[in-house]
Amino acid sequence: MEFISIIILALFVNNVVLAQFLGICPFLGVSGKVSTSIGMGAAVIFVMALANLVTYLIYNFVLVPLGIEFMQTISFIFVIASLVQVVEIILKKAVPSLYQALGIYLPLITTNCAVLGIALLAIQKQYSMVLSVVYAAAIGAGFTLAMILMAGIREQMEVTGYPKAMKGFPMSLLIAGLLSLAFMGFSGLVK
Amino acid sequence: MKNLKYFTNGLIKENPTFVLVLGTCPTLAVTTSGINGLGMGAATTFVLLFSNMFIAMLKNFIPDKVRIAAFIVVIATFVTIVDMVMKAYVPDLYKTLGIFIPLIVVNCIILGRAEAFAQKNKVVPAILDGLGMGLGFTMAITLLSLVRELLGNGSLFEIKLLSENAQTILIFILPPGAFITYGYMIAIMNRVKAKYNI
Repeated sequence: MEFISIIILALFVNNVVLAQFLGICPFLGVSGKVSTSIGMGAAVIFVMALANLVTYLIYNFVLVPLGIEFMQTISFIFVIASLVQVVEIILKKAVPSLYQALGIYLPLITTNCAVLGIALLAIQKQYSMVLSVVYAAAIGAGFTLAMILMAGIREQMEVTGYPKAMKGFPMSLLIAGLLSLAFMGFSGLVK
Repeated sequence: MKNLKYFTNGLIKENPTFVLVLGTCPTLAVTTSGINGLGMGAATTFVLLFSNMFIAMLKNFIPDKVRIAAFIVVIATFVTIVDMVMKAYVPDLYKTLGIFIPLIVVNCIILGRAEAFAQKNKVVPAILDGLGMGLGFTMAITLLSLVRELLGNGSLFEIKLLSENAQTILIFILPPGAFITYGYMIAIMNRVKAKYNI
């Protein structure tokens, strides 16, 4: 039961982009087309789940025994940055087809604050290892959902006329605001 | 005179929030009240100032190939300092800003300035640039916070301006209000810039 409520919370109620404001940069930057949104979303789910697994292990088996929990920001950002590199190298060699699909999105993920943010949040909430990975995957799925919705609307907006001052970021932010408003309807779904 | 230009660059012409649109996550997340905006701005300015200063000092010792990693270590060090200082002296603010304090590490303004300015310039211009960018960011997010606080809560810097029973537009301090206010503020900036040719 706990798993289901965590997944629903992460997907709809506390959507990572629309309610927690993490990963706004890629959300606004890459959400121009539905197809690129799907690619980016898949890469984020993959890296987030992996990053949460590794940061969980590092926190509980290295930082806590040594009593240096305050080093978590520095060590996590390093782990995530190197993890992205390693994933890129392995995918390129082992699963070239997946690399072709995700390739260009992987380097962008290092700058995605959602990956570091979720790793820190999972530690803060004291989730177990499995729960932490499930939580990260669900958050990643929420990110993907928000991006695909956003990209669909933005594709339509390209053929619509609106004031010049609103072009680009302002319009994207307004669309995000309306999506966020819609997602507020999910609050209270899980007790 | 030239030094002054490095300082004012970040305030208006290349304002990180309204013109470059960098560091959007903290801009949207913590701007629910003027005090939060100001606190976040001060923390970011501190990190930006010192990371710019140290990167400008160390630029001859950092090999080009690992520069990004080296910059991140410098930035993360100052973020950890801010994190510990705020936890000790302003625990209430630290609690409200929460996870967005450690996330200053991934604020693209800081790495962006290290890459685009500090590693190519001397120490004094780098300090001025960091200070200017930091103040530009602080100004922008404080302004955004004040608009949201006034509309959503009827107060400025937590001083109530309306009576207890007055109806406020609650949506502005909820997540959707952040997106909408920020969107309109950039649009107004664009309009003003187009009209007066700034």
